Order: sequence, then structure tokens, then C-alpha cells
Amino acid sequence: MRILRLAAFALLALVALALGACGGDDGDDGTITVYSGREEELVAPLFERFEEETATELEVRYGDTAELAATLIEEGENSPADVFFSQDAGALGALENEELLAELDDETPERIAEPYRSQDGRWVGTSGRARVVAYNSEKLSESDLPDSILDFNDPKWKGRIGWAPTNGSFQAFVTAMRLTEGEEATEEWLRGIAANDPVVFDDNEAIRDAIASGEIDVGFINHYYVAQAIEEEGKDYPVRVYHPRGGDVGSLINVAGAGIVAAGDNTEGAAEFIEFLLADSSQRYFSEETKEYPLVEGIPADPAVVPLERIEQPPLELGELDDLEGTLELLQRSGAL
Amino acid sequence: MLLALAGVALAAAMVLPLAYLLVTVADSAEAAIDTVGNSRTLELIARSAGLALAATTAAVALGMPLAWLTARTDLPGRRVWAVAAALPLVIPSYIGAYAYLSALGPAGLLRDALEQPFGVERLPDITGFFGAWLVLTLFTYPLIFLPVRSALRGLDPQLEEASLGLGHSPWRTFRSVVLPQLIPAIGAGAVLVALYVLHDFGAVSIMRFDSFTREIFTLYRASFDRTGAAALALILVALMLVLLWLESRARGGFVLHRSAPGTKRPARRIPLGRWRVPALLFCGLVCGFSLVLPAGVLVYWSLQSFAGSTDWGGTIEAGLSSLLVSGLAALAAAACAIPLAVLSVRYPGSISRMTERFSYTGYALPGIVVALALVFFATRAAPATYQTLGLLVFAFLVLFLPLAIGSARAGLQQVSPRVEEAARSLGRSPLQVMRTITAPLMASGVFAGAALVFLTAIKELPATLILAPIGFETLATEIWNATNVGFFERGAVPSLVLLAISAPSLYLLIGRE
Repeated sequence: MRILRLAAFALLALVALALGACGGDDGDDGTITVYSGREEELVAPLFERFEEETATELEVRYGDTAELAATLIEEGENSPADVFFSQDAGALGALENEELLAELDDETPERIAEPYRSQDGRWVGTSGRARVVAYNSEKLSESDLPDSILDFNDPKWKGRIGWAPTNGSFQAFVTAMRLTEGEEATEEWLRGIAANDPVVFDDNEAIRDAIASGEIDVGFINHYYVAQAIEEEGKDYPVRVYHPRGGDVGSLINVAGAGIVAAGDNTEGAAEFIEFLLADSSQRYFSEETKEYPLVEGIPADPAVVPLERIEQPPLELGELDDLEGTLELLQRSGAL
Repeated sequence: MLLALAGVALAAAMVLPLAYLLVTVADSAEAAIDTVGNSRTLELIARSAGLALAATTAAVALGMPLAWLTARTDLPGRRVWAVAAALPLVIPSYIGAYAYLSALGPAGLLRDALEQPFGVERLPDITGFFGAWLVLTLFTYPLIFLPVRSALRGLDPQLEEASLGLGHSPWRTFRSVVLPQLIPAIGAGAVLVALYVLHDFGAVSIMRFDSFTREIFTLYRASFDRTGAAALALILVALMLVLLWLESRARGGFVLHRSAPGTKRPARRIPLGRWRVPALLFCGLVCGFSLVLPAGVLVYWSLQSFAGSTDWGGTIEAGLSSLLVSGLAALAAAACAIPLAVLSVRYPGSISRMTERFSYTGYALPGIVVALALVFFATRAAPATYQTLGLLVFAFLVLFLPLAIGSARAGLQQVSPRVEEAARSLGRSPLQVMRTITAPLMASGVFAGAALVFLTAIKELPATLILAPIGFETLATEIWNATNVGFFERGAVPSLVLLAISAPSLYLLIGRE
């Protein structure tokens, strides 16, 4: 019992300390509350710069993008959040459907090219990532690769493909394929790939590494994983990316983006924060740190990646990529999951 | 009366998640029925139930002998073994699963080690049912070990001595005298393991075993489908009620406290004799697989990631935060478990039975569901508490109280009501009796329960991410931050710190003998 009492006492002391440390920051003193689905390691330096430049304090809750979106939906009108900074467009689309995002200033969305923002002006993309076919450049050259991603179910690719059916980016890509090619064609494609005995991986990095080691020849991943590896390993790194020429879903560009939470009490600050994410310096930061595509017109992409203008893109509204349930059913039905 | 009120109030708090699920499902009942009626649902239930059954059986097979060896024999270093045997509980299941995958997986460390001398190119794939079963067994058997050990320590040795004196063999004595007295503790632990397996997401997702909970997560993560997820979560609650019903049947109506006057004395330690070496080997093997192997992988990773710098200041601060909230949760759970256990053991009846059963709701559900339920209620009913430390501790209570109840109840069943009645007849009030007689006598069980809550809460992630005050970082969120970027290696240092700070706290709880 004595130990319990001691422990209780020590804990009470700690609680007092913790409360003391937390105290004093309640009330509406102009702080901006950000729910960030983008990882702390990447965005924290950016956030610090915002705090320095504007002398505004940010309160950031980091979490999984989808779980934060679910939290925002449960919070509804009582949400303490001012901004939602999302890893993908689907979560922003879901919040828009629930009418939880406020309209942005007219001028803000217009700085971003059409496909990378919401049609209703309620969220904007802040950086983009391209789906690509990564290939081993010692075994293959771009001319060996088919025009369309749909042609990878040709038996000549048997045993040479790597994919990650559980990965969120891959699933968003399949959702996009359902929208552009239709359910049947997508199912046929999935079955075709599955029949080619692809090697299954957990994530994009693992696919890239397996291509580099020669275990597989090609894989479906996001562009920046390869750009990052080339920067670290040098030009001899034996993996390159290919954006399918056909202009179909194989060259999908998805975005990370942000929107103003309608329930928040600092809409003005939230708007200022989103402006900051679109500022030249922030756009360059994304480009340099992650090799993602800057989306504000006039900011060039990293020289190591294919410029956005040269990628033929599928006609698609990114906010519609919020129905992954059908995608999962399809993946299961076709034996991919 | 007061007790019944307290119990009902506690149970009401515990069923908040259930209320939330019902509200959500009622919102669009048709969609919910659609999800449940899906032909896959039945298959997923069967898969999850199979995994739960296999893992629970194996956990009992590991936890019980370990408990007996460390509590009742002259096993060398038994206290250290006891702490080591309980520690695997602090390893988050996704870290454990990933450690196993990177050690024994098709392209893991073991393969690398075997490649040169033996030309092994690819090891058999451990993902799927086998991997999920292995990892879940190794990281949940302490849920059996701790309560059984505390029950063993509370047993009255006279019964065994009588049995031996009547000429029964030690084995028969164990089977017919000791084992029946352990049933409540084993049953309580088995329920906890089974429910853990049912609500776990980390191990099944990394081992790629398609389970029921994985489907719930998918519905949230992939389609923002709250109704479907809630409908499936309700099925988990139903499964929980079935399990608890089975357990109460198995528990039966044994009298477990001594009926003769006088007090019991500590049991004589059984000399292991020539069984000493095999016993040590067994303990060593279990600890090797459940603690040394994952810890070894973590050490290997942290050495690798030292190329990058470790933010020690942040890690230490996160460690203190972890100690703080899980310590508070353990204390609160111990305090709440005592009245609930008393209610269920001393005043059996339908109210106390329902109260106890429904208090398991939070534990049966995935953390994200409970977290969202509390978001729902706190933002509407008590906005001032939203995202405060108090709400986080409350969330841990909702999630983990059953861990404390089972052992507290098992501890109480060994206390004779005569002692309490004597105190009452001498003029003590019921509350005084509870404080001065009942609580101290059931302390061993309560301590074991608090230890379980502490070890489980310290690694909790989903509720912490959503409900903690902004900027409040624990070791679990540090691990998540690191692994989220795709580098499990960087989660190694905070994971090791998690182990390092849990061990001494555990020694305090277990080592007092």
C-alpha cells in the first residue's frame, strides 16, 4: 500500500507540473489549430517558419490523414481545428461532402491549376505526386515499356512486376482507374496483373529496392521515391521512372492539400496559413525536401523529375477519389488482396 | 447500495462507446444492415475467431507454466524471470510484428545470416495466419501470466497439503486441487487475450492476415464509412458478450477462500530438483522469443539509425509523459476495479453481472472506435474537457478497465467474506471495511491488474493521437512519428526506452514479495 501511496503522490506532482506547463494557452488569442495528416518530420520546419514570419502561434495535431478526417467528422460543429492539412485529396473530398470545409478566398484556388483543387473552391492541392512505372534501367529502357499501364497484363510481364495492393497510393490509383476506365475494365486489369504472379510488397520503398536489386523488373509506385533514391545513391542508381505515354490513369497526379475547417474560430488565420503553404518558398520546400511537384504556376519542379506539363494526365476530379470501399471490394474480388 | 450506484455509474461511463455505435448505426440503418449482410462478414468473423482461439490456447500454454514456476518453485532468479515474462506486453504489436518480419521474414536478418554459409535464398513466408498467431501469442501471454501468478500466490497451501497427505500424486493434486482454484484467473486472462486478438490491428495488418478488425479500419481509413465501421464494431461487442458468457460458465461456483478459521501461511516453495534445467530452458526460450528477439532487432535498428541523430531531450520528455498518463490510468483503473469486483463477487445478481460484462466494451473495440466515440460525446456534452489530459486518462480507463477487473476479482475470490462480516459486526462501516479489510487482502490481484493496465496503456496509440492535449507527445506517438515516415528503424530508440522505463515500474509492482 505504501508504494501505491508514493506512486499516487508522485503522479499528482507530475499532473500539477503538466497542468502548469499546459496552462495559459487557452482562449482565442489568435493561435491557429492545424490537424496535420502530413508527417511531422517533413512539415514541422515549415510550420516553424510560419510562426516566425507571422508571429502567430500554431497548435498542430499530427495523425493519420483518414483518422483525422474521421475525427473532424465526429467533431462536426464543435471542432477546435482551423485547418486540415491532408496527405491526399480523397480525405479532403470526404470532408467537403460532409460540408465541413469553408470556402476559400476567390483568388487562392486560382493560383493552382484546375485539376489540383476542388471544383467548389473549398480545398487546394499544396504539392503533387505522380503515379509512375519504375523500372530497372540496366535491364530495360523506356522503349521496352508499353504505352498504357493497361498493357502490363500481357503474359510477357509474368513474374517481373512488383506491386503493393495494401498501399493507400496504389488504392487511390485503382479508384481513379474505376472512374476513368469503368469497373469491368479495372477488374479485368487487376485479374490480368494477378495472373502475372506479381511480387507483393508492403510499400513503395520496398518495391523500389527490389527493382534496384534486380528481384523484379518493374513496379507501380509514386515518382518521388525514385528521385529521392537517385539523389542519395547517385546517378548510377539502376532505377528510373516512366510516365505512361497514353494519357490514361497510369500517369495520375494525386495531391496533398489543405482546406479551412468551417467550424474553426480563426478562419482568417487559417486562410493566411493556406496562403503560406502556396507561397513560393513553401512550394520550393516541398519540391526540394520530397521531390514532390510544386503546384503553384511558375514554380519549376525539381530538375530530377519530369515536368508536370510533359505528363499526359487522365481527365479526373481528385476529390472524387473518396470511394475506396468499392476499390477494396474489387481488389478482393479479383484476388489482389 | 452505494456500491451498486458506483458500479452502475462506472458501467454507464464504460458503455459510452456502445451508445456511440448505436447512435451512428441508427443514423442510417440500411447502410449498416448492408455492410453486416455482406457475405464476407461471416467469413471474417470465422477467421478472427479462429485466430483468437489459437492464440488464446497457446497463450495459456505459455503463461500458466511460467506463472507456476515463478510463484511456487525454487526457480533460480524467479523475480527477474517474472518481470521479464510480463514485459513483452509493452511491445506494441505492430513493432513486434515488424521485428519478427524483419528477423524471420523471407528477406530478413536470419536469411542474410544463412545466405553465406548455407546458400539459403528465401525462407518460408511467415506472413498470414501463422505470423499473426505467433506474434499475438508471444505478446499477449502476459495477460494470462500475471493474473494466474497472483492467484497462485494467494492460494491456501493447506488444501494441497491435505491432498498430498491423503496419498494423491503431485500431478493429481495439481489437477484436482490447484487447477480448479486457478480457473477464474485463467478464464479472466483468456478472455483478455481473446478480446485483444479480436481488436488488434497492428499485428494482423503487418502480417497481412485478413481479420475482422482490419476490415473496420479499412472502412474508416479508405472510405470514411462510419456507419459500416460502427455496424461491424457492434458485431465485436456481440462476440465479446458471447465470450464473457462462456467464461462465466467455466468459472462456475467454486468457493475459493478458506473456510476454516485462522490465516493461511505462505506456500512452501516446491524444489525443482532435476527439473531445474528444463524449467530454466523453458523460461529462457519463451523470453528469448518474446523479449530478446524483438529487443535484439530493436537494438540492431537503433544502432543503424544512430547515423541520424536521436532527439534525446524529446524522447525523455515523451517518456515522462508516457509514465504520467499510463500511471494515472493504472491508478484510476485499480481504484475503479475494486468496487466493480466487490459488486460482482459479493453481490452476484443480474445487475452486477450486466455491469461487469458491459464494462468490457471499450476493451473489445479497436482503439480508434473508442477514441471517436469519446470525440463524439466530449465535443457535444463536455467541450471543456475535450483534448485534455483528464479525457485521455478517462479514455484509457474506458479502454483498459477490464484488464484490472479480472485480476481484482480473482484476488477477491480468495478473501473469505467472514473476515469482512467480522469487521462489520465490530462496528466498521461498509466503506471502512472495504478500505481497511477488503482492499488490502485483495491487493495482490489489484496490483497485477494495475500492472496490466500500465503496460497496455503505455503503448496505446489511436486514442492518444486523437485525444491528447495538442503537443503532448508520448513514446507511442514518437514511435508512430518515426515509423510513419516509413522507417521502422527510427522507432527503435523510443521502443527501447519504452521497455527500459516499463521494467523498473513493473519490478515495483511484481517484485514486492
